[in-house]
Amino acid sequence: MSVLVVLEQSGGNFHRMGWEAVVAAKELELPVSVATIGPAGAAASKGVDKVYSIEHAELTTYSADGYTAALEQLIRSIQPQFVVFAHTYQVRDYAPKLATRFGRVLVSDVVKLSRTTAVRQLFQGKLNADYTLPSEGIRFVSVQAGAYRGDALGEGTPEVIPFAPELAAGTIRVKVEAPFRESSRQVDLTTAEIIVSVGRGIKEKENIAIVEELAAALGGELAASRPICDNGWLPMERQVGSSGQTVAPKVYIAVGISGAIQHQVGMKGSKTIVAINKDPEAPIFEVADYGIVGDLFEVVPALTEAVKKLKG
Amino acid sequence: MKIVVALKQVPSRDSSLRVPSGGSWIDEADVTYEINEPDAYALEAGLQLKEQHGGEVVVLCAGPEGAAASIREALAKGADRAIHVQEENLNETDALGLGTVLAAAIRAEAPDLVLTGLQSDDLGSGQTGVVVAELLGLPSATIIMAVEVQDGSIRVKRELEDGWFQHITLPLPAVLTIQSGINRLRYATLMGIKKAKTKELRTVTVAELGGLPAVQVHREKVYLPERAKQTQILEGDARTAAAALADKLKFEVRVI
Repeated sequence: MSVLVVLEQSGGNFHRMGWEAVVAAKELELPVSVATIGPAGAAASKGVDKVYSIEHAELTTYSADGYTAALEQLIRSIQPQFVVFAHTYQVRDYAPKLATRFGRVLVSDVVKLSRTTAVRQLFQGKLNADYTLPSEGIRFVSVQAGAYRGDALGEGTPEVIPFAPELAAGTIRVKVEAPFRESSRQVDLTTAEIIVSVGRGIKEKENIAIVEELAAALGGELAASRPICDNGWLPMERQVGSSGQTVAPKVYIAVGISGAIQHQVGMKGSKTIVAINKDPEAPIFEVADYGIVGDLFEVVPALTEAVKKLKG
Repeated sequence: MKIVVALKQVPSRDSSLRVPSGGSWIDEADVTYEINEPDAYALEAGLQLKEQHGGEVVVLCAGPEGAAASIREALAKGADRAIHVQEENLNETDALGLGTVLAAAIRAEAPDLVLTGLQSDDLGSGQTGVVVAELLGLPSATIIMAVEVQDGSIRVKRELEDGWFQHITLPLPAVLTIQSGINRLRYATLMGIKKAKTKELRTVTVAELGGLPAVQVHREKVYLPERAKQTQILEGDARTAAAALADKLKFEVRVI
């Protein structure tokens, strides 16, 4: 029995979540090998069994078709019992395709893994669920960001094995262009010491003013969860989360933010987290140091006033 | 252009979720339902493409009898007709099972484009669209923020992590999973609601679509997560709690 973890890299920069997936895979207590599309790079000095370095001219740019075909061939050749991914945007794009090609189910976005069971979050983190994995055949699993600590992976000298897949003409059906950023960021939330962040609970654009006043009273930056920026109520550059900025201020005050995982990955490194939310079951309270369960339209103005009073 | 939009009915965001002890699903007694938000954006994207390029939008929804309310809502917003794969316990199946049923329904329609949301707000496995694409042998792209129709192909803007994007061109037919926020959602008009009552809503069973494959991954138990941190909840009315929090920010967190 063995485990294959698929790492993600771009120009030699390995996605940090890949190491987290390796640490999760080690929970299975089976030999863990990794696959990288491109040179072995940093993977060659990690504490894993083998590194399969998949090289092909048509794989220098990511495509779901190309990656699926190449990994299908590697998996058929080495026949692991578990194939583990990090639940990144790229993995979401091709891993379900790969698992389906084997007639298997991808158990996605798991927060805990053992040989027999995977734990997943339901309802945007409000509930957990235990899933029983099949006892035979290839088990495909992707691991949620931050569920395991990537720095727990030690050093090693794995054997590096080149793997050259054969990609038939027409395998890659899509034309992929170079990644780009929308505009240079005017706001750098990553250097802010205090962030006051607003979410769906604010209900209307006009109401954001009360949160802005709190941020001003504290001398902090205003930020938001995704739905606020989607609505165009605040610019995208103020968005915190997996598709926005990742921040780690001294204090992060989440106002009316339920705390779905996509938001949490962008802020859970904050030194102190404060949550103001009317729903005591909101997942944000799972990571909060301080919480107020209440109506933000009463709490926020009262907090602004109290802060101003303390500042004199 | 013929567009199939696959949408799911899910418990509303504000629903209070109760789990029967030892249960494998929530107690649905007091739950209200809505169209899964990313699917609502997929529907809007489909309606806009139809308005720009002509054609037809067919809504596909697999779910219990009550899911018909969400289907009617989609018809009221402007979809032309709908297919309801009616099955009571579909949430016991896994991603491959659901994908198999949807793919069978889509195959019979032979659309140019299939749209769905990037994930569901309840199970959140985030893979239905991609599984369906693979089962149909079609190219797919996920987390899509813009769709531009070209001659025989589509050029889409895909969201990457950390504020990056990328354009991809796919030949048609293709499957896209749509990100929330791609467009502004429309409301159903009174006229739309009236018209929806006369639109075709065809009900099919899973058996008619060839049945479900064996479940590979079983959900055994649903429960409230344990807290990672001990949260200090500041009690009292808004004023009292806010004053206590300001004190903490000054004397413990030291940011005031």
